Amino acid sequence: MSNSRKPRVDRRGFLKGAAAGAAAIVAKPPAAQAQVAQERTTTPLPSARQIAAETSPPPARADVYTTDRPGSDFMLDVIKSLGFEYVAANPGSSFRGLHESIINYGGNKNPELLTCCHEESSVAMAHGYAKIEGKPMLVMAHGTVGLQHASMAIYNAYGDRVPVYLVLGNIQDITYRRSDVEWAHSVQDAAAMVRDYTRWDDAPVSLPHFAESATRAYKIAMTPPCGPVVIVADAVLQEEPVPDRERHLPIPKLALAAPPAGDSAAVEEAARMLVAAENPVIVAGRVARTPEGLKLLVELAETLQAPVLDRPFRFRMNFPTRHPLYGVGNVEDADVVLGLELPDFWSVTHSQTPINRMGMQSRSITKPGAKLITISSLDLLAKSNYQDFGRYTAVDLAIAADAEATLPSLIEACKRLLTADHKRAFSNRGAKFAEAAKDAHQQALEQAAWAWDASPITTARLSAELWNQIKSEDWSLVSDVVFMSFWPTRLWDFQKHYQYIGGHGAYGIGYGAPAAVGAALANRKHGRLSVNIQCDGDLNYAPGILWTAAHHRIPLLTVMHNNRAYHQERMYIEDMAARAERGIDRANIGTAISEPNINYATMAKAYGVYSDGPIENPNDLGPAIRRAIEVVKRGEPALIDVVTQPR
Amino acid sequence: MKNFLPLILAAAAFAQAPAGNAERGKQLFEKDGCYECHGHMGQGGRDGPRIAATHLSVQALTRYVRRPLGSMPAFTEKVLPDPELRDIYAYLKSIPAAKPAKDIPLLNQIETTPSR
Repeated sequence: MSNSRKPRVDRRGFLKGAAAGAAAIVAKPPAAQAQVAQERTTTPLPSARQIAAETSPPPARADVYTTDRPGSDFMLDVIKSLGFEYVAANPGSSFRGLHESIINYGGNKNPELLTCCHEESSVAMAHGYAKIEGKPMLVMAHGTVGLQHASMAIYNAYGDRVPVYLVLGNIQDITYRRSDVEWAHSVQDAAAMVRDYTRWDDAPVSLPHFAESATRAYKIAMTPPCGPVVIVADAVLQEEPVPDRERHLPIPKLALAAPPAGDSAAVEEAARMLVAAENPVIVAGRVARTPEGLKLLVELAETLQAPVLDRPFRFRMNFPTRHPLYGVGNVEDADVVLGLELPDFWSVTHSQTPINRMGMQSRSITKPGAKLITISSLDLLAKSNYQDFGRYTAVDLAIAADAEATLPSLIEACKRLLTADHKRAFSNRGAKFAEAAKDAHQQALEQAAWAWDASPITTARLSAELWNQIKSEDWSLVSDVVFMSFWPTRLWDFQKHYQYIGGHGAYGIGYGAPAAVGAALANRKHGRLSVNIQCDGDLNYAPGILWTAAHHRIPLLTVMHNNRAYHQERMYIEDMAARAERGIDRANIGTAISEPNINYATMAKAYGVYSDGPIENPNDLGPAIRRAIEVVKRGEPALIDVVTQPR
Repeated sequence: MKNFLPLILAAAAFAQAPAGNAERGKQLFEKDGCYECHGHMGQGGRDGPRIAATHLSVQALTRYVRRPLGSMPAFTEKVLPDPELRDIYAYLKSIPAAKPAKDIPLLNQIETTPSR
């Protein structure tokens, strides 16, 4: 619309006049000020009219309707300087200024706005995106209700050590809050709610402050241990004009910090212990932050011919699944255990009384005299309220450093120590593990054959059918394997870093679907086929993410793992019932997702996503996957509803 | 020896007990939630091993169910009486063994198909 409904005032002209008036008031020379002070003692008291004129708010500002340079434009300049590709948001009034700047001033490009139906989806989408792209996505949310929605997803990203960058809207100045809504959507300290599980936050009070803190936040988010950061974008700063004096504010240069690498003496000591070991085992947590981390871990394992374990949870794509050193060996037999970026090394090296017995006892499962080494950036993370740090583990050598950044020096240190005898012994050790890996693979195939034709469909059959359809594609599994009894990693040939992204981080359900969409978005420009094996319980938290995928044309194959219950919880209820010797047949109460069954194919259609199913006959699965992949290859999301066994 | 007499008598009684009913056992396997960890056909999964076509004797299975070693709940006689357990055992024994993986084309080709 070219003709404004409201009178247009030239802002610069107004400010010029206003500033001149103000200057005339405040810039009197000292002599004149002295004269005024003297006059006050001799002149009559001011009239009521004079008092009113001096104490009323200045009327002129109410006449200013437009600005060509809102503060949010400058904020966007800063945001653009940080290289964000996307910003995910459910729209909210406290960041309306920034929203408008993104779509108009910024041309809705770098970052491009992604419309999400829930703030938890926004953050989880950013979480999945970062694990593929290696850098954060921006998320905008209300500092109050939006952040409350987003908080679980932030905790997941924190637990998963993944950078997510949040900008929260808030109206700090009470005189600018225009209604009950804006009072309810304002907060004294917005980031307080998530401070326990973010890496850093700030609430800038000026645009230069915003520029500096926004840049600092990015640097902190990306420095291991990585994690979410929060910047509060005050709504008044967003919406009011950039002050004339700040029209050419500099934007600080972003200089990412090199990740912390291990102390050289400690690394040498670790190498000595590993090379001298007869049976070293490497246990990998969140090691491979980047593709380089995967290559380095392979090099270390091959140098030592030491097996690499990553159970019970596969946090990252650390190691090729068909490598002869993958998944063989065990902690119990090891004389040196190297734990890399493990969130809970204690659980890897100890056993506890299982849930089927009363009381709690624990014991070390390692051999007497076995040496424990950790390399972990978590030793640099000191938070106490949320206790995702596990029990204290008495190790022989702890290196507080990023494992990926430390691996090059550790590999070199090991190589320097190798003698011909070592190489011969290591070669023999490797051959033994290669045989074990081959046997394990064959056993997995034989195990997969059980209940092959069953309905509900087994997770092994589902994984095999999927593999058959994607193995010739450039694929990326953008979901976890834990609820699939690990079948994908047992049957598929995972080689590349982007082929697996791990799981939640803090086991907050509702992560899966939006994280898959975010990861698929990152995969889109690379032309990869993104595959999401989607748990039904997880999708029901915020299914609107399906619409986001359709709206933004994000190609993603979603295969429902529709087992119609919260089975993990049902198992726990059954445990409790067995302990109490009553009602073991009642554990379905409060845990079943049936009666009625949810039709996810219909749900997907409602959101504009191609769908098929529910599929109950395993023989129908392969053709359905094939048809869906054709849709995905055209650049669309597709969903197949598959009725499955619990695990 | 005197202390073991009740156990021996109980074992002998169990051995002489009538065989279970597989159909009823299948219903109990579902109702009592055994499938949660072991799969609807006892094929096994992340949380429980394969028990289909078990090679255990009914006595051995009963002993394990009453006093399991791993994280499996202990199901006492009170919540899972011996006759019901015999039915479940009959169901597990009735499940046919899987084909060898090499006889299932989809599994057979997994061994040899390289990823791109």
